[in-house]
Amino acid sequence: MDARVESQAPVKDAIIKVRDLVVGFGDKLILNHLNLNVYRGEILGFVGTSGGGKSVLTRTILGLVPKRSGTVEVFGENLDDLSEKERSALERRWGVLFQQGALFSSLTVRQNIQFPLRETLHLSQRLLDEIAYTKIEMVGLKCDVAEKLPSELSGGMIKRAALARSLALDPEILFLDEPTSGLDPIGAGDFDELIRTLQQTLGLTVFMVTHDLDSLHTVCDRIAALGDGKVIAEGTIETMMAATHPWLKQYFHGTRARAVQQSHG
Amino acid sequence: MPDAGLISVRTQDDRLTVAGRGAWTFDHADDLESAVDQTVHDYRTPKGVVEIDLAGVERMDTFGALLLERLKRAWTKAGVEPRVVGLSQRYTVLMAEIERTGHEPPPPVRRHEAVLERLGREMVHVGQDALALLNFVGATVTAFGRVMLRPHTFRFTSMVNQLDRVGFRAVPIILLITFLIGCILAQQGIFNFRRFGADIYVVDMVGVLVLRELGVLIVAIMIAGRSGSAYTAELGSMRMREEIDALRVMGFDPIEVLVVPRLMALIIALPLLTFLGSMAAIFGAGIVSWGYGGITPEVFLDRLKQAITLDQFKVGMYKAPFMAATIGIVACMEGMRVGGSAESLGEHTTASVVKAIFLVIVMDGVFAMFFAAIDM
Repeated sequence: MDARVESQAPVKDAIIKVRDLVVGFGDKLILNHLNLNVYRGEILGFVGTSGGGKSVLTRTILGLVPKRSGTVEVFGENLDDLSEKERSALERRWGVLFQQGALFSSLTVRQNIQFPLRETLHLSQRLLDEIAYTKIEMVGLKCDVAEKLPSELSGGMIKRAALARSLALDPEILFLDEPTSGLDPIGAGDFDELIRTLQQTLGLTVFMVTHDLDSLHTVCDRIAALGDGKVIAEGTIETMMAATHPWLKQYFHGTRARAVQQSHG
Repeated sequence: MPDAGLISVRTQDDRLTVAGRGAWTFDHADDLESAVDQTVHDYRTPKGVVEIDLAGVERMDTFGALLLERLKRAWTKAGVEPRVVGLSQRYTVLMAEIERTGHEPPPPVRRHEAVLERLGREMVHVGQDALALLNFVGATVTAFGRVMLRPHTFRFTSMVNQLDRVGFRAVPIILLITFLIGCILAQQGIFNFRRFGADIYVVDMVGVLVLRELGVLIVAIMIAGRSGSAYTAELGSMRMREEIDALRVMGFDPIEVLVVPRLMALIIALPLLTFLGSMAAIFGAGIVSWGYGGITPEVFLDRLKQAITLDQFKVGMYKAPFMAATIGIVACMEGMRVGGSAESLGEHTTASVVKAIFLVIVMDGVFAMFFAAIDM
């Protein structure tokens, strides 16, 4: 609880600013003049219907999907105005955890973590190894996974190893795409806690696309909900619970939501 | 003296003060590491009190924290407990986390393999390969047998679909390549035979060569590259995504569902393509003979009838289904052996094409001996 107060105390400084974003495929509009702020030091949970464009928004911010109009500002810089060099420097300041992990299948976990380091920095092998082992331990894995290939890991371990890779360069922003999907409830709970711990340890800003009501209750400082291509509501979990939009009502007051609510008192 | 930019050291009586400055972050990690190592090297066994003053450190991340920990541990090991002062409040959590983790990495496991050991491994590998091939041939034949006993289980639609992909859609490229080969053969033949006035024998040469050997060989090699690689990649990625396991747990035999229709399609397609390819090659040869050698089509056809027998044609066609089966079995077997990584998929696709082409050529040689022995 302390952390939540602490991270919201400073003046709100929008680290990601999305303005009037329009994204569409063919004649179908996915995001329709969407506006969103992500503030430094917070964990923002992003919810919405399946196929509603949550992943599209994430991928648009990351530059993987072209946009029709609108602006995306990250660290106060408009991504369209950056030269290629500036852009790749900026990309090093964020880390991304893909839904399936997206670990390089031909590299071991250690090599996966060291990959971004090797490409951008000139470090001794000793320091590279120390960094890799530290990150592996930070995400709650044992050192002996370091020399394993992704195909030898379980689903939960893949997520953790992928998280370790996304943290390799000590990013300021961490994008998580459904981090707890495919994990058992205990594993998912542990993962939520891990994200909270890492966020405090490394001073991260976390942008988390999720469906997990537990995550929304336990780790998110703020929640934004996507509907009809726009952000239909944003605020704390209490704000969400009080929202009147029919989809939000169903989402936060459905049978599963009630069960979660009870468990969180 | 270590680099004064990030670390400066002061000694006063029995007091050693290490002062950190600037950004202890990943972009300076290289310099910081050499500074830390230099400091440890210069003051290996400090006497008295050691103090690490971090008030001048503006920013710190895992890299900086890890190197600070390395410095601390080096002195702790030497028997002096350093005191850390001036660490910004923001970084205490990070430092605590690094103290908790940040252990020395276990010594890397490096395997040194002697040349002989490698050679031995390779030989064992070759043996295992041959055994796997035999095993796969057996499994395929069994599956074929089962399908023959219960013909209604044969996946006809799947086979037709494969036939379209490996047969019908391969027609244009096969026609083009064999046509060009026929042209080149005729041009070279005429050019060289003309010197001793034997231009007309180019028809004999092209006819025998194409129908007996080249037609089927070129088509088989093309198909190994075009369809064999596709089979391996398809089955391989299905294996990677556990689709083959899914089939198995649903009670299907993957070989029956995936391999048999593919193999059947190839066995049907390859003789047809061989026929088309041989015709295209002879057509190409005819065109060049007419344009370049002045042999009119009537003369060409007349000569062709005398030069070749039905046997020549049969020899080529008999070989085609066997080559198709070889290509199909090698391709499917390699596909089924793909492991979890993208690299493995690439490796097996390469192996599939290389092995298929090699076996096709070896088989052609064996057939040549066989047909010579039976006077065909």
